[in-house]
Amino acid sequence: MNIAELQKKLLASARANPPSDDVPYAFEQRILAVLPSKPACDILATWNRRLWQAAGPCVAVMLLLGAWTRFAQHKDSSRETLAADLESSLYLPFDNSTETW
Amino acid sequence: MPDSATVERADAELIAAVLGGDTASFEPLLKKYQPRVFATARRYARRESEVEDIVQEVFLKAFHKLNSFRGDAPFEHWLMRLAVRTCYDFLRAHQRNREMSFADFTDEETDWLDRFAAKPSDASENAAAARELVEKVLALLSPAARLVITLLEIEDRSVKEVAALTGWSVPVVKIRAFRARAEMRKCLEKLARGKYL
Repeated sequence: MNIAELQKKLLASARANPPSDDVPYAFEQRILAVLPSKPACDILATWNRRLWQAAGPCVAVMLLLGAWTRFAQHKDSSRETLAADLESSLYLPFDNSTETW
Repeated sequence: MPDSATVERADAELIAAVLGGDTASFEPLLKKYQPRVFATARRYARRESEVEDIVQEVFLKAFHKLNSFRGDAPFEHWLMRLAVRTCYDFLRAHQRNREMSFADFTDEETDWLDRFAAKPSDASENAAAARELVEKVLALLSPAARLVITLLEIEDRSVKEVAALTGWSVPVVKIRAFRARAEMRKCLEKLARGKYL
């Protein structure tokens, strides 16, 4: 017997005869009878959804802050001023030779 | 006939009402989608009581998980995913003794096989015996093999659709489909060996 052909034929038979979509009479009443008054709150699903919702705004804020910091660095030389101030403060005792501790 | 956008809007309104505490709004959703869920469940369970239990479980799950429905895709797709996964769970929970011999076939099924062995074109695929036979062979398969054969080969869905319905990745679906076809061939060989090979 040709098994491959038999397999094809049986699958074709299943394809040609789809199951019925008949619904037993008033089946929906059976389900409605067992439904609670309100869907239960799925805490994990809610938490998951909120995290995904928060991801977009967080990335946007991060990008904005990154861009702003980079832009501010180029425009402002306060970093160099700060470095110079720090250096002069550190070397102040050595520069001022008259002062003794 | 309402277009799909209208249907989706109507579904979305009903879902919002259910989530707001109006349980009665679930009834139109139930009435609308239960034929599809019944047809899906009948692919995996034979006894009508089992089919009804599966459908009830699908809709109870849908009700309880309704707040996880994000509305990115139509409600029907979300519900069918739930239905397919529930059917898969059913198959896994009801893995009976999958041993079967040629003696388990009815006379009609044996006749059909005889006709097929003599001349394959003489055995009609529309015969009731062929339908019964394929049911029996599918029942011999492992749950994953039965699911993938049903979705890919019988319902004629694409690998991508099967992946979306089952939650498996595309490569996993391809591997399981390959194994499922081999498993089905092996089952047929085993059944026919005694008499024909």
